Amino acid sequence: MSDDLVTIEVNGKSLQARKGAMLIEVTDQADIKVPRFCYHKKLSVAANCRMCLVEVEKAPKPLPACATPVMDGMKVYTHSKLALEAQKGTMEFLLINHPLDCPICDQGGECELQDIAMGYGEDVSRYTDNKRVVKDKDIGPLISTEMTRCIHCTRCVRFGEEIAGIRELGATGRGEHMQIGTYIAKSVDSELSANVIDLCPVGALTAKPSRFEARAWEMIQHASVAPHDAIGSNIYIHTLRGRVVRVVPRDNEALNESWISNRDRFSYEALYSDDRLAAPMIKRNGSWQQTDWDTALNFVAKSLRQHAPQDLGALVAPTTTLEEMYLAQKLMRGLGSNHIDHRLRQSDFSDQDAAPLFPWLGMNIEDLDKQDAVLLAGCNISKEQPIVTHRLRKAVLKGGRVMMVNPRRYETPFELSTQCVNGPQEMIRSLAGIASAVFAYAAVEVPESLATLLKGVTPAENESAIATELAEAGNKAILLGAIAQQHTDFALIRALCSSIAMHTGAVFGYLPEAGNSAGAWLAGVVPHRLPAGQVAENCGAHASALFSKPRKAYIMYGVEAELDCNDPATAQQALNEADFVAVFSPFASEAMRGYADAILPIATYAETSGTYVNAEGGWQSFQGAGQLPGEARPGWKLLRVLGNQLELPGFDYMSSTDVRDELKQQFPADIEFDNSVTLNGGLQMPQATDGLMRISDVPIYAVDNLVRRASALQNTTDAQFIGACVNPQDAVRLGLTNEGAVLVKQQGHMSIMPLTLTDDVPEGCVWMSAGISQTSELAAGFGPVSLQKVVS
Amino acid sequence: MAQHVPTPRSERLSAHVREEIDGWLTRYPQDQKQSAVLAALSAVQHEEGYLAKEMMDAVADYLDMPEIAVYEVASFYSMYETKPVGKHTIAVCTNISCMLCGSEEILAHIENKLGIKLGESTADGRFYLKREEECLAACCGAPMMQVNHVYHEHLTPERVDEILDKLE
Repeated sequence: MSDDLVTIEVNGKSLQARKGAMLIEVTDQADIKVPRFCYHKKLSVAANCRMCLVEVEKAPKPLPACATPVMDGMKVYTHSKLALEAQKGTMEFLLINHPLDCPICDQGGECELQDIAMGYGEDVSRYTDNKRVVKDKDIGPLISTEMTRCIHCTRCVRFGEEIAGIRELGATGRGEHMQIGTYIAKSVDSELSANVIDLCPVGALTAKPSRFEARAWEMIQHASVAPHDAIGSNIYIHTLRGRVVRVVPRDNEALNESWISNRDRFSYEALYSDDRLAAPMIKRNGSWQQTDWDTALNFVAKSLRQHAPQDLGALVAPTTTLEEMYLAQKLMRGLGSNHIDHRLRQSDFSDQDAAPLFPWLGMNIEDLDKQDAVLLAGCNISKEQPIVTHRLRKAVLKGGRVMMVNPRRYETPFELSTQCVNGPQEMIRSLAGIASAVFAYAAVEVPESLATLLKGVTPAENESAIATELAEAGNKAILLGAIAQQHTDFALIRALCSSIAMHTGAVFGYLPEAGNSAGAWLAGVVPHRLPAGQVAENCGAHASALFSKPRKAYIMYGVEAELDCNDPATAQQALNEADFVAVFSPFASEAMRGYADAILPIATYAETSGTYVNAEGGWQSFQGAGQLPGEARPGWKLLRVLGNQLELPGFDYMSSTDVRDELKQQFPADIEFDNSVTLNGGLQMPQATDGLMRISDVPIYAVDNLVRRASALQNTTDAQFIGACVNPQDAVRLGLTNEGAVLVKQQGHMSIMPLTLTDDVPEGCVWMSAGISQTSELAAGFGPVSLQKVVS
Repeated sequence: MAQHVPTPRSERLSAHVREEIDGWLTRYPQDQKQSAVLAALSAVQHEEGYLAKEMMDAVADYLDMPEIAVYEVASFYSMYETKPVGKHTIAVCTNISCMLCGSEEILAHIENKLGIKLGESTADGRFYLKREEECLAACCGAPMMQVNHVYHEHLTPERVDEILDKLE
């Protein structure tokens, strides 16, 4: 027997257990049922519900299995007379104050208290006095509270402290007067907060959007994959008679563990938004007509055929399934055009040939927990990637150091060791500072390719500190976030970060923006590469050039140009002036009705079969769960038919798996991912510009067409903030002393925005969100901008 | 000990309170500043008479604690008041020994005299009659009450009058 194992006996059965393990872990593993409320495998042991009391030989009293460490030779009885009496006693006490009205409770049917009361409760209550009543709290648009039902297990409190990293809920008062809540009126704002809904063993915390919509036993559970970030969190979609009622996490230790972000949980609400399209529509003589699929697809095929290949352009949203992406590029390339892209928000494509096969994390997602030092460049981590944030927080709690280089200050739910905050051009200088400190530390000569760039750069104190941290740490990584990928000097960021990584031995990786950004690269939805990373012979126009050098006909696949593109003003102008625009979209937005000539309703991720590829390169396929509205169809089927209408070869697929397999077989079996960058010379520091620079990011609930329509998410604090943020110093300089409205001008485009003064934004910069309607008339996310006081 | 950098919210604490908290902080490891929360809250209450939310937030910032953790402590202990109360706090023990020796009569007398019920303060802001004080460990002197941290034992209605009338 190994030293690390002990043998115990449970109900007469001999079991091997890890030394120091709690009894309940061992019984759970052996599938011996011990009732519990406060214990949760992912949370610390509280031992406050007393439901898991079991009999342990030689112990005078029953002991809580969740807080009793195993000992060699221990004899445990989980169902003995003593254990049962203790468990039933606990249950009777819990039911004193808990309402006995399960039929009117949203948790009824999936309630741990209800289930366990079936086994351990009496059929008649001996308690005849008044029950305790607790006032419900409003803790925001996502979580509904019914605090009289709370049994004070404190799972939600421990979740906030231990997992989310923001302690928002607490237990105030004591004894009979103890209450779970926020004490003051306040919403719970963590990006992972809604996981407390699943943790709550009773009906005290339930999902506000799906409350009283369906009973657990009426719903059908479908395994699926979430589309909003680079993890591909595993989820279950629950449907009632074909309608998606809610989304809950599906355990996957390697990816999302037991959690999902609020974004992944509540985005399904969009499926039933008012502008959901149920039939294909074509525009005839300026007015929209509903039509049948034959007419619509014929119209699209005919219109596309009228244009030369070089006059076509296609943009595909990075939340689209791999199969649709593959077919979209096959269709475009079948027509002879390489003008297809998915990098809607990117602005610097100068080094696109140096890009890896796909923006790979550089490691497995699980390995994020084990990092000793991580540098995040251009990344608002907690809003971009909530699950990655959780994993990095685990690393920090184990002593890891996380550092950031950003164009504005961002909050994280863990302690940052450094954050360098500089305007967009200064941010490059800051990375150059780190790079030169790294070269100095390693005592290597600056490579020729970087020589001009690093000339005259002296690292600031915090930059040297970052270099030292990276050089001296064990497991280390440099990760590029969405802001880096949207930055006007993405190529320089990539060059600098990759060489910092190379000379410190750190992993160099990317945090792809959306659920299938990685898949888009693999499927060939880029103008310079075919599927599986094959080089395309005639490089097509990238996402930005497709609008700055307008085409005559466009295919927009799942894209809402007015919100999804880096430069929405130019994009809309190009689309408005085009001869023909076909939009494949589940929704028909107002802007879309303006520029489109055909709108073809497609399925969302919840209604189609498909595959997403996550940041570690894992392919995850799923089936459709919800019923499609009216005539809407899964996108891959439409593209198949359109391919046939266009008489292109190889569009005879029977299922989406055929499509996936056709793509998959183009990859060698023993493929190895590689993020390394070959630097060419000529890298120069960006020219300093006078005047204000716009900086931006895409808010967590504005990233794609689903979240923008999820009403509960839109009511959160995160989605409510709209404004232009300026450093107070600049405000004084510009005479904008009062927070009021301000007129923003960018390349001849204008918008009026509320003004907010904050030190989080560096001097010389104006921060405004991208992806929201208030900035959809403006130009690129980064660029010169001017402000003018609005006199009311 | 490292110099404490006050945040804007922790600047609400008076210099005296901060000095007092700093004194307590020297007794605990630097990474366990929350150990001083009880003393910090007492110091604030001593000065302010009660713990307003803003002051609890100030303590939270000063001790690097989540606000809710401070609220938990303040709402748990009966010696902290989270709402404004009268100047003099009267706590009559009504636990078993005192009850057997007539604490109910004492309590009724005080309620009549001041014209307030348990848990209320007098309109002139002079007296606060605390709710449900548990055993104060002076059973030998039952019935007893505590007025502003001072124990008064072997109470009779006359004794109570004498004590309360002497207070300003």
